[in-house]
Amino acid sequence: MVTDRSGDGTRPDTGRVPSGSELPNGSPAESGDVPLLRLRGVSKSFGPVQALTDINLDIPNGEVTALVGDNGAGKSTLIKTIAGIWQPSSGELIWNGKPVHIHSPKDATALGIAAVYQDLALCDNLDIVQNMLLGHEAVRLGLLDEVSMELTAKQTLHDLRVTTVRSIRQLVGSLSGGQRQAVAVAKAVMLDAKLVIMDEPTAALGVTQTELVLNLIERLKNTGHSVLLISHNLNDVFQVADRIAVLYLGTLAAVGPAAEFDRQSAVDLMTTGASTRLGNGTGAGSADAPGVSTGAEG
Amino acid sequence: MTDAERDEVQATEPGSVAVAGQPVAGDAAEYIALTSAPEVMANSLGEYTRIWLRRVRSGESGALPVIIGLVIIGAYFQISEHAFLSAGNIANLMTQAGFLITFCMAQTFPLLLGEIDLSLGFNAGIGGTITLWMVAVHNPFPTWAAIVVGIAVCAAIAGIEGLIIVWLRIPSFVVTLAGLLGLNGVLLWLFDETGSVGNGGVIQNHNGFINALVSENMSPAAGWIVLIAAVVVTGVYMIVRDRRRRAHNLVAPPVSVTLLKIGVMAAVGLVLVLVLNHNRGVGLTVLSGVPWVVPIVLGLYVVLTVLLGRTKYGRYVYAIGGNAEAARRAGINLRRIRVVAFTLCGAMAGVTGILYASFLGSISNDIQGGQYVLYAVAGAVIGGVSLFGGRGRMVGALLGGFVVAVIYNGVELLGLSAAAQYIWTALVLLAAVTLDALARRGSTPT
Repeated sequence: MVTDRSGDGTRPDTGRVPSGSELPNGSPAESGDVPLLRLRGVSKSFGPVQALTDINLDIPNGEVTALVGDNGAGKSTLIKTIAGIWQPSSGELIWNGKPVHIHSPKDATALGIAAVYQDLALCDNLDIVQNMLLGHEAVRLGLLDEVSMELTAKQTLHDLRVTTVRSIRQLVGSLSGGQRQAVAVAKAVMLDAKLVIMDEPTAALGVTQTELVLNLIERLKNTGHSVLLISHNLNDVFQVADRIAVLYLGTLAAVGPAAEFDRQSAVDLMTTGASTRLGNGTGAGSADAPGVSTGAEG
Repeated sequence: MTDAERDEVQATEPGSVAVAGQPVAGDAAEYIALTSAPEVMANSLGEYTRIWLRRVRSGESGALPVIIGLVIIGAYFQISEHAFLSAGNIANLMTQAGFLITFCMAQTFPLLLGEIDLSLGFNAGIGGTITLWMVAVHNPFPTWAAIVVGIAVCAAIAGIEGLIIVWLRIPSFVVTLAGLLGLNGVLLWLFDETGSVGNGGVIQNHNGFINALVSENMSPAAGWIVLIAAVVVTGVYMIVRDRRRRAHNLVAPPVSVTLLKIGVMAAVGLVLVLVLNHNRGVGLTVLSGVPWVVPIVLGLYVVLTVLLGRTKYGRYVYAIGGNAEAARRAGINLRRIRVVAFTLCGAMAGVTGILYASFLGSISNDIQGGQYVLYAVAGAVIGGVSLFGGRGRMVGALLGGFVVAVIYNGVELLGLSAAAQYIWTALVLLAAVTLDALARRGSTPT
């Protein structure tokens, strides 16, 4: 797996395998480093509507993978398929090298997949500790053990360097957008998540709040979590992503190290599914630049 | 929090607060103080008071408006009629407040979920009727069985309504409106079925125990013992809890605040017991002691407060009231929590029915169930329980129910008409809700 962001493109990235070709079982780049999650030939249709077509995507360990695409490109369907809300119509998911079937969000949680959706699913009338431990309360002598819950929440927030909340007994309704996002992420991480899916975490946030969330994503990465980030905002994507995957009308238009993309190529891929500028950064100047594989190959 | 962390917090706070569009942008500490409980923010009594005052000004006033309201209403009645604060009338007030408070507590469960139970009044009436019928002269049932069955039937009725609400996904307003009409019919039918017991539409209570619940008093010595026990247990609990928090390096309220709270509680209890232990008998009869209904209601209050505040179940009730979808995603069984809440609400309605029957010494088939249920809603809302779910505490139901009782008592004492009682209650309800709405509008960040 490509982990070298500043790579000069000499190592081929196998994250996207052209459809129809054989799937490599341990190409040189991958040996010794199994991706946390591999999607192989994943398709999803709702009746006559083909939402996802033959998606091959690797989500490496400890990296931030950004999933970008225009409205209706299939981003939401893809993350919901990973999070167990939908089941793929065909194709398979391979978690830590083993094929898995994720039938429900519960299955996903059990594997270590946590999804933080845009609505965050927080209770404004409860405080931070109560929200973070909702459904996983500690009980002592039949009553809630507030002390141990508060310590757990405090430790998790500390690990994530979430320091902008002064009191973790603050009501979540009183928090700013970025802080709420942080609480939602901390809640997800506390359940031993290995992969954190974040759906548009910076939408509707101001500059400072966005910075807070991006720092949080960096922090997640530094604590060994993989992050799958869905975003419209290319600024954010280029700031934190190690790898970028572009969806276009339900197909994977391109995937590769973030350094191989620039803003224009990403926009081209998002809007047309192809780009002539791809790989400009490395001087390759063509769609099949090493490091980035595009849908055009398939 | 270590000092280093505090510094870090101070360094990062102002920015995030400014973006959040708070009116106090730049003064992060102040903003944070506005939005969290004073217990966990203050290190001294002075600081605690300052934070508390700021919260009151920003709309997070808690029980303050209802206490101020009580004082104003009480003062008005006292000025108009000096007998209002006499020992006799205070004892009378306690007996009137008992069933109103348990009624507000019952309604608090559905309200916290964002639901409502309109059938509660007739449900309580059915509970009281069944209990009185079972202890009627010719019936062989023991008193405890009559009480248990009365409460259980009410719990079952409300539980069935809850089941209909969650399984058929019909709004509780509609289901319990049907309950309001249907249970009124059931009540009338029940009176017919009791035969000679319910002759003339009234069942008289001849059972000494049930009569004693509201209409008899503890001995003065027992009153003191219960008071001392209550203060000691609560005080020890608070101190042990704070100590455990400090032992784990968590923020705990300053000792002075805790001692002050215990002191206030002891003082209120002291005055109450002192007044009620005073001989209020007329002529040669000696009448003194705290009515039994007071410890009964306070005991229920403690149990329900622990249930809502200190158990998983209570936490889930608030979670569902706050954001049902979040609760669902946290793996909480929404249906079970809702049905249990309605069942508990029904059980408390049963308690209310029995206390009401004890208070009146009888129960009749023309009980104003439709009106009493609205008193329960009004009392809970006056006490700060939100109609939209997720906000409010049992102490609100306690105080709100007490306000309704004070109005009822005062209006009666002043010899005003029934019209005055309705209008007073309406005005207080409106004032409480307006105050709450204004405060929230002033404080809510947009």
